[in-house]
Amino acid sequence: MPLYLNDDQAMMQDSARPFMADEAPVAHLREFRDKNCKDGFSHDLWRKFGEMGFTGILVGEDDGGLGMGHVEAGVVMEEIGRNLTPSPFLGTAVAGVTALNEAGSALREKYLPGIVAGETVLGMAIDEGGKHRPERIAMQAERAGNGFKLSGRKQFVLQGGSADALIVAARTGGAAGETQGITLFAVDKDAANMRMESARLVDSAMAAHVDFDGVEVTADAVVGEVDEGWTVLRKVLAAARAGSASELIGVGTGAMDRTVTYLKERKQFGRLIGEFQALQHRAAHLYSEMEIARAAVLKAQQLLDEGSDDAELWVSIAKAKAGITSDLAVREGVQMHGGVGMTDEYDIGLFMKRDRALAEYMGDANYHANRVAELSGY
Amino acid sequence: MSDLDTFRAETRAWLEANCPPEMRQPVQSEDDICWGGRNWTFKNEAQKQWLDAMAGRGWTVPDWPKDYGGGGLSPEETKILRQEMGRINARNPLNSFGISMLGPAMLHFGTEEQKKHYLPPIARGEVRWCQGYSEPGSGSDLVSLQTYGKDEGDHWVVNGQKVWTSYADKADWIFCLVRTDKENKYQGISFLLFDMESDGVTTKPIKLISGNSPFCETFFDDVKVPKDQIVGKENRGWDVAKYLLGHEREMISGTGGGDRAGSLGAVLAETVGKDDAGKLDDPILRAQLAMFDVDALAFTAMSERFTDEMKAGKGHPAQPNMLKYAGTELNKRRHALIMEAGGSDALEWESERSNEGGRPRSWLRTKANSIEGGTSEIMLNVVAKRILELPGA
Ligand SMILES: Cc1cc2nc3c(=O)[nH]c(=O)nc-3n(C[C@H](O)[C@H](O)[C@H](O)COP(=O)(O)OP(=O)(O)OC[C@H]3O[C@@H](n4cnc5c(N)ncnc54)[C@H](O)[C@@H]3O)c2cc1C
Repeated sequence: MPLYLNDDQAMMQDSARPFMADEAPVAHLREFRDKNCKDGFSHDLWRKFGEMGFTGILVGEDDGGLGMGHVEAGVVMEEIGRNLTPSPFLGTAVAGVTALNEAGSALREKYLPGIVAGETVLGMAIDEGGKHRPERIAMQAERAGNGFKLSGRKQFVLQGGSADALIVAARTGGAAGETQGITLFAVDKDAANMRMESARLVDSAMAAHVDFDGVEVTADAVVGEVDEGWTVLRKVLAAARAGSASELIGVGTGAMDRTVTYLKERKQFGRLIGEFQALQHRAAHLYSEMEIARAAVLKAQQLLDEGSDDAELWVSIAKAKAGITSDLAVREGVQMHGGVGMTDEYDIGLFMKRDRALAEYMGDANYHANRVAELSGY
Repeated sequence: MSDLDTFRAETRAWLEANCPPEMRQPVQSEDDICWGGRNWTFKNEAQKQWLDAMAGRGWTVPDWPKDYGGGGLSPEETKILRQEMGRINARNPLNSFGISMLGPAMLHFGTEEQKKHYLPPIARGEVRWCQGYSEPGSGSDLVSLQTYGKDEGDHWVVNGQKVWTSYADKADWIFCLVRTDKENKYQGISFLLFDMESDGVTTKPIKLISGNSPFCETFFDDVKVPKDQIVGKENRGWDVAKYLLGHEREMISGTGGGDRAGSLGAVLAETVGKDDAGKLDDPILRAQLAMFDVDALAFTAMSERFTDEMKAGKGHPAQPNMLKYAGTELNKRRHALIMEAGGSDALEWESERSNEGGRPRSWLRTKANSIEGGTSEIMLNVVAKRILELPGA
């Protein structure tokens, strides 16, 4: 398979690009930030995502979706990144749907139609500390009657406060550090003994800390098999990491494009600052790195869609490289804007904020470089 | 099975049957690389056998047309052949500036007669070429070159000096940039071909910091070049030269380590050793290697993507400059890490144990990667101008 978008994927890009630029440009993010919205995103826009078919990209055709792959999801993610669009797409339509695709028909029927329609929002409850360490999940799910009782604490649950349900990773067996014994649950938002506290993040998205104080769920809430949740979680993590890598490509590209434009507008010493070779070389280096990162992300998504054994390695390469490169783009972006780069009025700073949040999401570059080393046997 | 699957299966079987085991070992020293040419002595029987087998199928240049000694393979088939060669670590049967540089330019600009005459011997490894571009006063600013060809009716008489001419002392023929019009800077250069045994050609090897002498000063003293030994039109050699540089940059980015797909950390962990948990026994070096592997593996994706795009006609003409820049900077980092992992073992310059200084010599050689074929700074200039369209670039 050639390493560029095929015709169908290019068509998806042709529909996502103008849609996001028209419906949800950076001004849309500002609007939701400034009105201090408790969701941090627009439900209207989420419904439009549904009308466009985006929400159903990863949903199977039998479940009413498009039955497409991670490349197509990545195409949408990149446009989200380029426009800093606030959206539950990553958590719900990428990570959440990947989890539900492994669930029985009851759970799929319960949630997928709402997601496809752009009505339902899911929160992913995986992290338990400030750093992403899914191998060390400790939260307990005790057997109780024919169900389970969940106790523990989750954090960085994006859009958790707006979610209709949370996908929660907990332990039915084994100990922190072991992959055996993890089970995934779909927990409805109004479950008793669950307390959420939402906070606005640096990029204006809302994320929740969630306390589970003996939250009861029935066996029907189990996503996949009891104790075998790692096989589901692996897929969810791969999907979310690949998706966020695409968003990082969008963020980096958006920052870079604005910066290059600025180099062609701003004059000092009687010339355009883009004439200074010191800046030209830094911009050219950044462009070259972005091209590398973009190719790595597409490679990872193609391998995921093929079901290749190399997919996990490449997802980590992609998340690490996209993170490092987008970070370079936003840092160079602010620096090359000079003083106005520090102002709220200019968009470049908003790119820096989104980049920082995405860097942490599902493992930062250090985490993934370490995984590359582990998967390579050193 | 699709046609491509069949092709893959057949290719795999053929390679298994025809690639000698010695040719599946990593390249250890300079003479493991086969360059061919009139004066080539094969290192061993396996090297010759492998070249003959591959050349017999046209697979030294798999994507060239069969009429010119190539394999006539489609882009997809060529990719599969490379993947299958990579799978068994097969060495390149033939390295040659004829393949990587002159060939593509000839295919694009040459006449039918020239293609039939010059290309098959390149494919078979019978004629070895060198590149006469740089001059003492004209490196990055190549277009200022002074070597002059005086029009004498049916031939030119060439006088001047080239420098850094790789393997000039070993090559059979040279493709050479010669000024044929002193009034016109860009449109006053011709792309000439001539035999290195012509009267008036002399070469003088230059010793490098690696201790090797792979390149020369090359002098032309009244060298007669017949008028049919020109590629493209008279005074339009700059177009040919630039086209060729694109291919040269791609090649350097590849041999510069860009296309090596494996993990460097995994290899060097064997050198450094591992702790009880199986981790490379130097946490900071391990972290550096992990970051290197991320960058180097990601780079292979860009290389794959650009190749695929170019074959589909979707590429941007400045892409080879990016490959060259990123690939060569990575290769310098790769060899610096190999030196760090090797410690004092990797300092030995003259000893059998060290394969006569294989590591330090290679490390020093890589420093040239970001100079030869256009420096990193020039690559960035091109990206700034052609892609970012920055003012005054
Ligand atoms: C191992 C090796 C093999 C080679 N083989 C061949 C060969 O076979 N045939 C051949 O013709 N040539 C060959 N070359 C020559 C090579 O192409 C030149 O060395 C190269 O083009 C640089 O030219 P220069 O050495 O004159 O450096 P210079 O052009 O003098 O550059 C010196 C420094 O100035 C920088 N610089 C120059 N101009 C600019 C600018 N506009 N903006 C910013 N920085 C700039 C350069 O990047 C460099 O860092 C080879 C070189 C090496 C090292």
